[in-house]
Parts: sequence; structure tokens; C-alpha cells
Amino acid sequence: MKEKSKIKKEPLIKLSRREDIDRKHSWTFRALAIVAALIVDGIIIMVIVHMNPFDIYGTMFAGAFGTSRKVWITLKELSLLLLISIALTPAYKMKFWNLGGEGQVLMGAWATALCMLYLGNTLPGPLLLLVMFLAAVVVGAIWAMIPAVFKAKWGTNETLFTLMMNYVAIQLVAYFIIKWEVPKGSGHVGIINQATQSGWLPYIGTNSYPLIVGLVVLVTIGMHVYLKYSKHGYEISVVGESQRTATYVGISVDKVIIRTLILSGAICGFAGWLMVSGSDHTITTTIAGGMGFTGIMVSWLAQFNVIVMILCSLLIVFMGQGASEIATSFGLNEAFGDILTGIIIFFIIGVEFFINYKVHTRKSSGKEEA
Amino acid sequence: MFSLVAFIPRAILQGMPLLFGCTGETISEKVGSLNLGIPGVMYVGAICGVIGAFIYEQSCGGNVVPIVAILIPFLACLAGSLLMGLLFAFLTVTLRANQNVTGLAMTTFGIGFGNFFGGSLMKLTGSAVPSIALSATSRSFRTSLPFADDCGAFGKIFLSYGFMTYLAVAIAIVTAFILTRTRIGLQLRAIGENPATADAAGIDVNKYKYFAICIGCMIAGLGGLFYVMDYANGVWSNDAFGDRGWLAIALVIFTLWKPNIAIFGSILFGGLYILNLFIPGAGMATKELYKMLPYLVTIIVLIITSMRRKREHQPPEALGLPYFREDR
Repeated sequence: MKEKSKIKKEPLIKLSRREDIDRKHSWTFRALAIVAALIVDGIIIMVIVHMNPFDIYGTMFAGAFGTSRKVWITLKELSLLLLISIALTPAYKMKFWNLGGEGQVLMGAWATALCMLYLGNTLPGPLLLLVMFLAAVVVGAIWAMIPAVFKAKWGTNETLFTLMMNYVAIQLVAYFIIKWEVPKGSGHVGIINQATQSGWLPYIGTNSYPLIVGLVVLVTIGMHVYLKYSKHGYEISVVGESQRTATYVGISVDKVIIRTLILSGAICGFAGWLMVSGSDHTITTTIAGGMGFTGIMVSWLAQFNVIVMILCSLLIVFMGQGASEIATSFGLNEAFGDILTGIIIFFIIGVEFFINYKVHTRKSSGKEEA
Repeated sequence: MFSLVAFIPRAILQGMPLLFGCTGETISEKVGSLNLGIPGVMYVGAICGVIGAFIYEQSCGGNVVPIVAILIPFLACLAGSLLMGLLFAFLTVTLRANQNVTGLAMTTFGIGFGNFFGGSLMKLTGSAVPSIALSATSRSFRTSLPFADDCGAFGKIFLSYGFMTYLAVAIAIVTAFILTRTRIGLQLRAIGENPATADAAGIDVNKYKYFAICIGCMIAGLGGLFYVMDYANGVWSNDAFGDRGWLAIALVIFTLWKPNIAIFGSILFGGLYILNLFIPGAGMATKELYKMLPYLVTIIVLIITSMRRKREHQPPEALGLPYFREDR
């Protein structure tokens, strides 16, 4: 053994970057990764709750799509996650790491709740909704614009800046929740304008979820067109590829960074508006429920492809809803879904490597010669 | 009345989990790995320690041997955090995945892992206790020097803690020494600044990165353990650890990647966290605004350092970037 290791050999595994990434090839890899992840998830559930794997996914399916109410909840969650991913996408395309989605959504939600509390029952319905919408969008945009301005002017690290802004937002909202809490000392704002439903998105059927889904579809199409066919979208991709090239062809990089982040933050604020006005009718510090972070993963994993983004969001929402069904029926903790989703994401992250790089193993003949 | 003697020990207790997390994250960032999974790692470290201690306490039925009661959770915590570190290193170093996305996924996973086992441990082990309260283990962790009480204010401020507080400070000092005064530290920093140059100089980039990420995660995991066993008296409650993991990452920036400064930084952050309890007339609402202060000062530090552009105060040059030798 010792003699062998002395001789310098060709390394066991060699890597090279794949130059031409075959589309079909890469999708097969991704699909395999998801199947593998679902198998691992199945095994974990089996070990913990002693169910057979088919029953597990049957129960999960029932949890996400069992009744028409559950279907609508799943669709609503899917839309909101998709919306936030869509919001973050232009920033990533520009290679600007906006980790502040959570805070931007929360500030949008805060502005919406503020309007509902102070202007509710004074303005006519549609006008109030419009004011709430504008407030949410503007506040969300400002929250994203602050780090963008510093990035553009002084190159301040945006990853860390946007991350910190989340917690500033959370504490700010926590402050207002205590100011607004009903009853005093409960730590909850409660359902806002429950009696009058002032400032609530109109119901279609028994809730506003269909409206939320519709609005998100519109924004999704809009963003797709914006990124693909508009001049702004082109500028974003040039800045993302190379800031020097962008400067050379006369694109003002600073302007593009700030403009794109305003758009990104505004859509996040819009998501906050939908959450408060359309779904929760209250405000909590956890109203965004980590979607600001999950959205980052969805957006990045989908590589700016809208269809993939929808599928990714669906998978994550399905796992979340399904796992919570299993957790409830076995008296386990809701956080179960986070573990399962985490595992799926690890697999998808890992498989990118096999799509982008080719692995060459040492030939058996090489071994003989050595 | 504001009492410094009462305030400082509490600020230190609040600060120590942050110090562990910050030291761990600093080591990781020094080799260019922005590990946003640290909050998750701290949860995993904490819950692994809790699981170890829980099983031990249940199995020995009250006759807890202090040294074993410390060792089992301690090792369980290190093992759990090490696994998380290996996961991050495997994905970002070997598979060259994006660090931000991997880190965030690890945080989601880690917090889920902690809350799931924290909320389901009693059910899964079929034990009859209503909640996880590891008072015997916690007592072992909190054992302070016997003569601390006799030393008055000095004893209260400096000697009244369990061993992990001193461990945190010691780790921070040793880390600062290794990073700035030794060859290993120089090589680690070289990788964080420019991995290609480091590689050309004959440094095994991947080995060092693995090493630094794993050690960093293990140290950070201890922060979680400290929180449960020492600060929270062995009582686990879901989400109680809160955003301390992110605060630890903020502290790294605040202290400009210097663990020795982080000792004071962590106590300052800890103090800001509980300041409201010591300021008369501050209501519940204002308390939340005080908790915002650590993040605000971090942002200000971030802005000022980027404006002043002093080289020694910048983040490591290659922070967040994967390294592939053949890409040069």
C-alpha cells in the first residue's frame, strides 16, 4: 500500500466544465434528483411515523388537494410564493443578491395594515384598496431601494445589507403590533375590520383566493414580458453578465441597479398587500412565513425560467401542506415540512453540479501503468 | 435603578451564544465561505445536545453524573454541527453550489429540524414528561466557581458563569491568534482573499475550506447548546432561540471579522438586546425598537466601511464565490 501512494498518479476523479448544456439532459438530471429526494423524504417519514411510503404520499396529497378548500389554500400559497420569487428574479438576473424579500414583504404588509386601521371605514371601498395598494408598493420599494442606493454609490455589500434590513423590518413591525394589539397585552392585532370588512379584497365565492391567484398570474406574465422583450430587461441581463460591458455600451449601471431593486421591492410590497388584504386580514411578524427566503431558493433554482418557478413553488408548497397533514394526524410538530423541503432543496442544489460539470473517472488502464 | 453589576452578567449571558456563532462564522468567512446556514446550525447544535441530554436523563433516572451530563450533550452538539458543516462544505466546495442558496436552505432545514424534534421528542420517545426541562443537565452546565459568591461585585461580573462562557472567550481569543499570528491563519486568509493565488502558492484550497467550514460550524453549534443549557436553564421551547443566529452574522460584520473584538461586541449586542429591562419607563413596544439597534449599528458599520474603503476593514475579497481551478 505504501509503495502505491508514493507514485504520483492521475487523480481518481477529474472534472471539466460542460460547454454545451443539453436541455433534455439537464432536465433528466433534475427530475432524477427530485425523485431521489422524494425517496429520501419517504424513508424519513417511514422511520418517524411507521407508515408505508404510498400511504405517506397519499396522505400528503390529501393534505394539499383533498378538498376544494384545501386546493384553494394550496393555490393561494403557491401564488404568493411564486409572486415573491418573481419579485426577486430581476435582481438575481442582475447578480444582485436581494436577501431582503422577507423584510420587503413585511413592510408592504405593514403599510397595508396601517391603512386598514387608520383609513378603514372612512374611504369608499375601491379607493381604500387603491390607497393600501399604493402604500404597500411604495414602502416595499423604499425598503429595497435603500441597500440598492448604497450598492450603486459605494459598493456596499448587498447580501449582508439586505439581510440585515429584514430584521430591522421585523422589529419595526413587532413595535407596531404592540402599539395596535387588541386586546391590550395579547401581542396580537387580531382580524382588522372584521365587522365591516373594510379594506378586504372582495370575495369570489367564500374567500379572495381566486382573485389573488388571478393577480399573481398577471404579474407573472408581465414580468416574463418585461425581462424578455423590454429594453429594461435587456439592460438587466447585460449588467448581470458584465458590469464593464454595460458601462462600455453606455448603460448606466447605477441607474439600472436602483431601478431594478425598486421594481423588486415594489412587487414584494404587493405580495404583502395580498397577504394582509386578501388572505390573513391581520398582521404578524411571521406573516411572510419565510417565503422571502424560500423565494430566493425558488428563483435561483429555476434559473429565471417561469415555468420551472411554478413547478418549484408547487413542489415546495405541496411538501409543506402535505407534511403538515401528516404532522397533525400523528400529533407531531408542524416544522416537519421544513425538514422535508430542506432535503429536496439540498438535492436540487447538488444536482446543478452534475449538470454544469462533467466527471471523468480514471481509466482502469491508467491504474495498471502506474 | 440601573445597576451595572446586575446588567453586565445578563448582557454577557445574552452575548455568549452570539460570540460562539460569530467566531464560527468568522472562520468560515475568512476562507471565503459566507455560511448563511449558521442560524440553522445553531438550532441543530442545540437540539442535538438536548436530545443527547434528554435520553441520558431519562435513562439514568435522576442519578445524573455531572461530568457525563456535560459530555454527552457536548459531544452530541459537536457531532450534529459537524454534520451540518460537512453538508455545507460538500455542497459549496465539492459541488460548487451557490453559498447563499445552500446556506438559506440549511437554515430552513436546521430551524425545522430543531423545532420538529423539540416539539415531537416526547412523543417520539414515548416518555411521559410534559415538556423538555433538563434541569439536572443544566445545573451541571451552570456550575460556577465555588468562591464566586464571596468576591462581591468582581465575582458577580467575572466569576459567576458556567464553563461555557469562559470557553467562548477562550475560543475567540485562540481563533483571533491563529488567524492573525500563525501560518495556518495566513493561509486561511489567503484563500479567502484570492483562492487562485493561494492555490498557486501550493495551499490545498479545498482541504482548508472543508476544515474551516466544519470547525466554524462546530463552534457555532456550541452557541446553540449554550443557549439551551446555560441561558435557558435546560428548557427547550420552539423558536425561543429566535433570530440570534442572524445576530451572530451581523456581529461578524460589526466586528470587522475580528473574533477578539467580537468578545466585547457580543456583550454589547447582548446588552442592547436586554437594555429595555434596565431602562425605567420603557414599554413593551419600545423593547422591540431596542432589539432593532444591533441590526441598525451593523448596517451603519457596513456602510461606513464601504465608504472609507480601508483595505483591512473589507470583507474577504472572494467571499461568496466558488472556486474551480480550471476556471482561471
